[in-house]
Amino acid sequence: MNIISLTHKRLLTAVVDWSITLICIGAFTTLILLATGAPPVSTYYHIFMGAFGSWVKFGHSVKAWIPLTLCACGLLYTFKIGLWNIGIEGQMIMGAVFATGILKWGVGSENEILFLWLSFPAGLVGGALWAVVSGFLKTKCGVNEIFAGLGLNFMAQGLILWLIFGHWKQPGIASMSGTETFPQTLWLPQAFAVNVPPTGIMLTILALCITAYILRFTRIGLNLTAIGNNATASVLFGLHPDRYMLLAMSLAGGLSGLAGCIQVVAVYHRLIPSISSGYGYLALLVVMLAGFRAGMTAIISLFFACLNVGSIQLPMVLQLDSSLSGVIQGAMVLVTLGVHAWRKRRAAS
Amino acid sequence: MKKSLGLWIGLLCLCCLTSSATALSAETPFTFGLLLVGPYNDRGYSQAHYDGGKYAEKMIPGVKMIYIDKVNPADRPGVTIPQLVDDMVEKGAKLVIANSDDMKDGIREAALLHPKIHFLHISGDDVLTRKAPKNLSNLFGKMEYGKMMAGFAAAMTSKTGKIGYLGPLINEETRRLSVSCYLGAKYAWETVLKRKPEDLKFQVTWIGFWFNIPGVTADPTQVVQNFFNTGHDVVVSGIDTTEAIVVARQKRQEGKEVWALPYDYIGACEGASEACLGIPYFNWGPGYVQRIKSSLAGNWKSEWIWLEPDWKNLNNPDTTTVGFQSGPALSPAAKQSLDGFIADIGSGKLNLFKGPLNYQDGATYLKSGEIATDQQIWYMKQLLEGMTGQSSTK
Repeated sequence: MNIISLTHKRLLTAVVDWSITLICIGAFTTLILLATGAPPVSTYYHIFMGAFGSWVKFGHSVKAWIPLTLCACGLLYTFKIGLWNIGIEGQMIMGAVFATGILKWGVGSENEILFLWLSFPAGLVGGALWAVVSGFLKTKCGVNEIFAGLGLNFMAQGLILWLIFGHWKQPGIASMSGTETFPQTLWLPQAFAVNVPPTGIMLTILALCITAYILRFTRIGLNLTAIGNNATASVLFGLHPDRYMLLAMSLAGGLSGLAGCIQVVAVYHRLIPSISSGYGYLALLVVMLAGFRAGMTAIISLFFACLNVGSIQLPMVLQLDSSLSGVIQGAMVLVTLGVHAWRKRRAAS
Repeated sequence: MKKSLGLWIGLLCLCCLTSSATALSAETPFTFGLLLVGPYNDRGYSQAHYDGGKYAEKMIPGVKMIYIDKVNPADRPGVTIPQLVDDMVEKGAKLVIANSDDMKDGIREAALLHPKIHFLHISGDDVLTRKAPKNLSNLFGKMEYGKMMAGFAAAMTSKTGKIGYLGPLINEETRRLSVSCYLGAKYAWETVLKRKPEDLKFQVTWIGFWFNIPGVTADPTQVVQNFFNTGHDVVVSGIDTTEAIVVARQKRQEGKEVWALPYDYIGACEGASEACLGIPYFNWGPGYVQRIKSSLAGNWKSEWIWLEPDWKNLNNPDTTTVGFQSGPALSPAAKQSLDGFIADIGSGKLNLFKGPLNYQDGATYLKSGEIATDQQIWYMKQLLEGMTGQSSTK
C-alpha cells in the first residue's frame, strides 16, 4: 500500500512537473510569436502538419531524427562522467570526412557496396579519434574539454573547407558548395515512398538500446556515474577517471562520427561545409532537456527533428522567417531549464 | 514517461484542432514551386527570380506560385532539395523551378523521384550532358551580352585602367561571364578609347560561393574594399548580392572617385545611384511564362534553353531575358558609345567571341577569325590571356 502510494506520488509529481513546464513553454513561445507578429495558432498548426502531415513528411522528420539521436546518445556518456563535450560538432564533421574519404576511394570500384559499408566504421573511427584528442588534452594537459572541443570544432571546420576547396574539389570547379555528388550506388538505400534509410533507423535504435543498457546495467555505467559525481572520491575506490573519460569521449565521438557518416551517405550524398547541420549543438540541448535519460532522449530528439522539418512551412505558407523555429527551440530550452531550476530550489527549501 | 508523451501529443492535437482554416486555400488550376538560393528580397539574383515568378502569376490567369527562399545548407541546415520538392508536390505543384547552380544534383534527384512533375533547372546543363530525366529542362539567359556591356561601361569610365571583378565560385558559368566582361572592357579600352592594351588591368577575385557565408567564403565587402584600396576604380559584381555597389557608395562618400556595376536585379542600384554605372540584369518573367505555358499545354520536353536578349529593346519586360540598365553615373559620352556598342552586337556586326583569343595559360581558345560556338562559350575552360586571377583552384 505504502509503495503504491509512493509510486502514485512520484507519478503525480512528474505529471505536475511536465504540465507546468508545458504550460510555461506554451505561454512563453506564444508570447514570442505574438511579439514577432506571427499568428501563434497557425504557426503551431503548420509546424505540426509540416512534420506529421503525411508519411513523406514524417519520413523527413525521421531522417533528421537519426543523426540527432546518435549525437545525443553519445553525449549521454560524456554527461554521465561530467564532461561537456562541446566538441561534438567537430567529431561529427570528422566522421563525415573519414566516411567521404572511404567513399571517394570506392567510386568506380567493382565492389562499391563494400566501400559503402566501410564508410560506417570509418565515420566511427574519425569521430572517435577527434574526441580522443579532446580527451587527451583534458586528462593529460589539463585543458578544459569545453575549450579543447571548441578549438577542435574550428579546426575540423577549417579542414573540411580546405578539402572541399582543395583536394576534394569538383573537377574544374572551385566552390564552397561541396564535393562532387557520389554515384547512386554509394547512397544508403532508402525505403520506398517514405525515403527513410532503414539501416540508419536500425543503427540508431541499436545505439540507443546499447547506451541505455551500458549506462544502466553495467559496471562501466556505474563507474561513469561514480566518477561524474565525484572524480576525487572515485580514485579512492580504485577507479581511473582518466581512462573512463577517454572511454566516454571516444564513445561519444564514435557515435557522432557515425551521425556524420549518415549525413553523407543518406542525406547529402556528398561532403558540404555545413555537413553537421548543427545537430551536435542541438543534441546538447536535447540531452539536457531529456534529463540525461536515453529513452527520453529519443523522444525529445524526435520532437526537435519534427520542429526542424516542420518549420520549413513557416516561410513557405506563412511567409515568416524560418529562423523563428530556432527562436522557438531556444525559448523551449530556456523555459524548461528555468522551470527545472525553480522546482529544484522549491524542493530544497 | 508515457504520460508526458501523451501530453506532448495532446498539446499538438489541440493546436491542430483549434487552428483556423488558414491552410485551406482555394483550388487553383496550376501551381508552380520556386526554390530560391538566397533571400527573396536580396536585391540580386534571387529577387530577380522571385519577380519573374510574380510576373508569371500576373500574366497567366489561374497560375499560382509557392516559393521558398534561402535554400542552401548554410541558411537551412539539414534541409535538402528533394525534401522541399516533396513538400511542394504535396501542395499541388506541377512544375518546380530551381534557381541555382548549387541545386543541380538535388533537383535531378527530385526529378527522378517525381516523374510526373516538370522541373526547370536554371543555369544547369543536365540536358546537354544527358543526365537529365525526361521531365527536367534547363533554362538560362545569354548574360554574356550583359556582362560585355558592363565591362564596356567599366573601361570607358575607369581612370586608372584597373577593373576589379568580384567573382562568386569558379565554374564554367562564372568563367564565361567574367571572360565576357573582360572582352567588353578590352574592346572599349583598345578599339574605342585607343589606349595601350597593357595599361588595362582586369583582376578577378573569387569569394567561393554565390554570396557571403560568414566563416566559409571570403567576405565580399572586404574583397571590394581591397579592390578600391589597391587602385581599382571600377568593380563589376559577379555575385548574387549587392556588396560591390554598397561599398562603392561608401567610398564615394569618403571622397574617392570610384564606381561599381551590380548584377542580376534591375533595382540593384537604388539608393546608390551616384556610384552606379549600370546593371546587367536578368528578367526571368518571359522565360518562366513560356515554360509554364508549355507545362500547362502538355507539350513539355526536356530541353536546354539559352534565351537571347531582345535586341530591339533591351529593357522590354515582356520580351527580354537579359537586360542592361545604364546607371546615372555613366557619363553621356560613355553612354553614347555604349549605345553604339549595343547596336553593333545586336545587329551581329560585332562579335567579341572571335579569334584570335588565348586562354590564360597561353593555349589557343579561338584561332584567328574563328567564331566561338555556343558550346565553346558555355563550357569556358579557363580565363583568357590578359586577365589576372585564378582559372581554377591550384
